[in-house]
Parts: sequence; structure tokens; C-alpha cells
Amino acid sequence: MGKIWLITQREYLSRVLNKTFILTTLLTPLGFMIFFIVLGFIMNTGSDKVKNIVVADRTGILEGELKSRDNLVFDFKDLPLNQLFSLYEKGEVVGILELSSAPDTMQKKYIVQYYSDDQLGIDEIFSIEKAIGKKVRNFKLKAQKLDENIIASLDTEVTIEPKTIKKDKNITSLTTIVSSVIGGIVGYALFFIILLYGSQVMRSVMEEKINRIIEVLISSVKPFELMMGKVMGVGLVGLTQIGIWIILIPSLFFLGTMIFGIDLNAVQSLPASGAAEEVLNQQDKIIQILAELKGLNWWKILPLTLIYFFLGYFAYSALFAAVGSAVGEDINEAQSLTMPIMLPLIFAVYIGFSAVQAPDSSLAVYASMTPLLSSIVMPVRLPFDPPFWQIIISLASLIIFTIFLVWMAGRIYRVGILMYGKKASFKELGKWLFYKD
Amino acid sequence: MESVLSLQGIVKKYHNHVAVNNISFEVEKGTIFGLLGPNGAGKTSLIRIITRITAADEGTILINGEKLHGLHPEKIGYMPEERGLYKKMKVGEQLIYLAQLKGLPYREAKQKLTVWMKKFDILTWWDKKISDLSKGMQQKVQFIATVVHEPSLIILDEPFSGLDPINANLIKDEIFALKEKGTSILFSTHRMEQVEEICEKIILVNNGQKILDGNVQQIKQSFKENLFSVKYEGLPDTSSLEGFGYKIIENKNNTLLLKLDSDTSPNNLLKKLMENGLEIHHFNEVLPSLNDIFIKQVEQNNG
Repeated sequence: MGKIWLITQREYLSRVLNKTFILTTLLTPLGFMIFFIVLGFIMNTGSDKVKNIVVADRTGILEGELKSRDNLVFDFKDLPLNQLFSLYEKGEVVGILELSSAPDTMQKKYIVQYYSDDQLGIDEIFSIEKAIGKKVRNFKLKAQKLDENIIASLDTEVTIEPKTIKKDKNITSLTTIVSSVIGGIVGYALFFIILLYGSQVMRSVMEEKINRIIEVLISSVKPFELMMGKVMGVGLVGLTQIGIWIILIPSLFFLGTMIFGIDLNAVQSLPASGAAEEVLNQQDKIIQILAELKGLNWWKILPLTLIYFFLGYFAYSALFAAVGSAVGEDINEAQSLTMPIMLPLIFAVYIGFSAVQAPDSSLAVYASMTPLLSSIVMPVRLPFDPPFWQIIISLASLIIFTIFLVWMAGRIYRVGILMYGKKASFKELGKWLFYKD
Repeated sequence: MESVLSLQGIVKKYHNHVAVNNISFEVEKGTIFGLLGPNGAGKTSLIRIITRITAADEGTILINGEKLHGLHPEKIGYMPEERGLYKKMKVGEQLIYLAQLKGLPYREAKQKLTVWMKKFDILTWWDKKISDLSKGMQQKVQFIATVVHEPSLIILDEPFSGLDPINANLIKDEIFALKEKGTSILFSTHRMEQVEEICEKIILVNNGQKILDGNVQQIKQSFKENLFSVKYEGLPDTSSLEGFGYKIIENKNNTLLLKLDSDTSPNNLLKKLMENGLEIHHFNEVLPSLNDIFIKQVEQNNG
């Protein structure tokens, strides 16, 4: 045990103190921050050049007023077209918008002419269409002698409010959404982490085999100890990196907001009208979401997710270690051998996504109790409060299977690390399983 | 004398061939023992069994009289033929790690390593990365890693391959010094000239089997072919020497190589030569080199 710890320590320290690790750990969140800043910038600066458009409203529908994007300035001139064309030719306006006749109240389609040799941006077209659409609607309401408030009251927002019958847990409409988001994020993160650090274990095993230190090492420690030490060391590196990111990313995000004064609401590009109301609404939503988050069974979700992570990581990275031991310098060979490891991992993440939408579907339920799949699918289902017995079966089968996989990987590893020049086929690996020591 | 390592009837089979077939030998305390054989003879298989990297199918191994067990690797220092170190790790860190794996506590490891590195005049490399060192330098580091935990048995697999003569001598001197301190050394090689120089006892294996073993001098005696070499002055013509209980094999550069019949004594030969007016400057018995014995035995064994 003492030697496993020594190996774990070396694997951990040699990685964590490495410049590349420090750089990637620090730069990744910075990269994210820059990404969001750039994204916000792009979103905000679609409109830069002011465009003057002259509007010839022959109908009076617009009532001398049209509001769309900030960079579009509308000038109302009820002049004949040829005079307007001369304005265009002088370069005073970029185009002419003409509403030649008013629509019929029952008319579903309404055509407005835009004269110009240059095209408007698609966003600009949409926003003008929308703005005119609003005016046409008002015009129709007036023509029908209808009150706008009554019309508005016809639109009703329907929300299904779930109520439990036996469980004394308070479920609201937001619960499902929050659970889905949390489940989805957890599932994807688990997939990513297992893949990333599992393949690091593989590369590290290959390195030891290629530079031949392996023989020195296993004349001092048992191959199994070496493998376990490596798996644990790399796993701890993963936890450290994620831990740093969990702290760093939100604080950098916060810092970025402070320094660059990015208005988060602006990034979401709320419509100008009724902005204050929307913000209030948003704040309300955030408070509700926070309440939902608080309402989740964190004392159950967090430790169980961690347990699933560890079991899944151990099972997969032991398999990666076995593959690493079986191949030599040939990375292509490694790729074909990792396929069977990747497949359950990829299936698991897709089943996880479907489990977000239908957490109680039989696919999700059975997958969350099938080892190798369960380490990702069950954590996705955890926020939806799956029955206790399913968690028990899932955990028990995963633990047993993980022990079996680690044992199996250890058997392959112990033979593989000393095997040079032999092509590692699955048949060959199968034979190694049954080699005597 | 007490044996540090004792192998009794070791057999190791792989699925389609026998790598080691009933091999027994003893390495006594404070001696250098040669494990010889051509490539693929089963030397590495034997070493891996002794270092507990693999296990034998049959037979027993005793270390200091005890059956081989899990703590014994700490009493063994092993330098494999294919050297290997972590390329990106610093020399000092790496040596401390390897020593710790052999059971040395950190402080003791550091202190002992400092002594060794001073001895090899490489203390300034402590913070250098292995990848920055030349191959010969890496060999020195590897040697220190093998011996720092003061094992009672050191196994060296082709320790001089890739070393320049200066560094080879340095390592050779250290091997002798360790032997003087009572360390036993198992020296595996196919380079015979080194064996003659270094080893007291040897075992020669081929195709997993023992071909011969014993004391180096005794082996050479038992394989001698009554060859004598004579360096002389004067004698234009060898015809006058013929027909007397010996054969002339070669006459080159004033040196005769003669094979005596079994009933002819060297004294009689000398007498005869002098009678023929030869002035003898040098006279010695030519013992077969281990290399010759090795090649002959292996060829016989394979044929």
C-alpha cells in the first residue's frame, strides 16, 4: 500500500508541477472568458453603420413613426418616387421604403416595396418586417374596432404545475427544467473527464513501456500496484484541475464583468421596449431557479455523483491502462484497441441525453443499472430522484463490475508491459488473461 | 560458503516453448557470477524470475536461504539490458523515487545518493533532466539507481553495453569495490572477454538448458587442447622440427603455435626446440578463451 501511495504521489506531482499543466489549467478558464467577451462583443456590434432610409407611407399605417434597429434611421417623406430616387442618387439615403396601399383587414400577406441597389442585412430586414407588422396589426385592430387590451388578454401562458401524491417533496414547473440542465451538465462533464484522464493513463503506460523504465519499476513493485498508483495519481490530477476550474471560472467571469463592464442583459440582447419589466422578470426567474437548485437533494446527488465518477473512472482508466500496456509505439494500434472502450462511453453519454428528456424511460432505467453505462447515465438521472432500489442495484453492479474490470486490466497489463514486438490482437489479450504469473 | 542466491531446478514454460529447462546454480556471498548464453538462451527469463517479475513454473529460489518472497526485491538491485529512466524527470528526484520504491526512506535515500553522485562526480546534475544527459551519463545514473539501496544481490544485464572505455572502467571498478564489501553480483552477458576478466564462476545456458558451469579457470583448463605458443629467434626452416610428438599449427612473425600429443610433455618440446638451434624468447601454454569454448559448446548444443 505504501508503494501505491509513492507511485500515486509521483504521478500526481510530476503532472501538477508540470508547466503544461499549470498553463492549461490557468489558460482554459481565461480562454473561456475571452470567448464569452468576444461572443458578447460580436452579439452587440452587429449594428455599427447608421443607415438612413426614407419612408414613403401612402397609407398612414405607420403614423409617421417606425422603430426597429438602432442603426436604422427612418425619414418620412411623402414625395413621389422619382424625387426620392434623386435623393438616393445623391447618396443621402441607402434605400426607399414604400407602403403603396393599405391592407385589407382579412389579408394575411402584405407586401412593402424597398428600392435600393444594395441589400439590407437579414437582421435588418427581419426587424423592419417585424416593426411594420406591429403597425399593421394596430391598424387592423382599429379597423375592426377592437380594444388592444382585450386582444392582449386572450393570450394566456399555460404552466403545468406538478403536485406529488405521496412524496412530500415540493415539485414545481421549474424543477424538471433545473433537473434536466443539472443532469445534462453532469453527464457530459463525466464523459469528458473520464475520456480525458483515461487516455492520459493510457499514454503514461505507453511512455513507461517505450522508454523501458518499466522493467526497473516492476522489479521493485508489483505491476498491479504500479497500475493502481498511476490510475489514482492521474485521477487526483483530474480532480485538482476541475477543482481549480470550478473556483476560477466563476471568479474570472465575475472579474470580467467588473472590469469590462459587460452588461449580462445586453449579451442576451433584450428588446429595447419593456426592458425594465423584462429585467425584473429575469431576476424573478433567477430567484426561482436558485430556490429550485436549493431544493434538489444535494446531500444525495453530490456524494453519489462523486462515487459514480470514481467507479466509472477506475473502470475505464484501468481498461485504458491495459490497452496502453498492450501496444508499443504504434499509436494507430492503440486507436483500434480503444474503440471497444470508447463505444460504451459514447453510448452512455447519448443515453444520458435521452435520459434528460425522459428520465423514467425503460432505456434510461436499464442503462442506469448496467455497469459501464451506469457511471454516466445514473448521475444524469439523480436530480430526477430515481427510486432507491435502482440506485442500490446500479451501485452494486457497478462496484462488482469495476472490481472485475480492474482485475482483468491488471492481468493484461502485467503481461503486456513486458511484451515487445508482438501484435496485440483481442485474441492475444484474451490469452494474456489466463497466463500464470 | 554461504549462498546469497540459490536456484534449484527452475523451469519456465511459455505456451509454445520452454524458456528455462531445469536450471540450478548458486551465487556465493561476495562473488561475481557470470550468466552466459547467446541471445534468446533464457538469461532474461531467469533474471525476471529472480527479480519476481515473473514466476517459475517449477523449482525453488532461495535468497539468503529464504524462499523468494515479496520483500526480497528490496534486497536485489537490477539493471536491465534495456535501460530506462523517466526522460522528463530530474536526476535527483528520479533517483530518490526509485530508491523509495526499493524501500529506502526519503532522507536516507537523499543522503546515500549524494554520496554516490559525489563519487561519480555528477552531483551537479541533481537538477538536470534525464533527457538533457548523454547516453553514457544516463548509464551512470542508472547504475546508481541499481546499487543505492545496498542490495545483497546485484543483477547486471549487459552493464557495459553502450559505455565508452573510461566509463566502463569506472563501473567495473565499482563492481569490484561492491564485491569487496560482500555484495554478490550476477552478471549476465554474451561478451566473453568481460567475463574472463570479471567473473569467478559462470554458468553457460543455451536454449534454456545448462551447457556447463563452474570456476572460470577450471573450465578453461578442462577445455585446453595442449596448445603452446613459442616466440623465437633464428630458424629459417621448420621442416627439421617435424615428426616429433607435436604438430605445428602456425608459424607467423617468429611465433610458433604447436599442438602437443597427449604423451609429450612441454619440457620435452622445449628441449627439442633448443636442440634445433632455436633461441626461445617466450614460451606459454595457450588456454582456450571462454569465447572459443562458448562458441564451440553452443554449436555442439545446437547441432
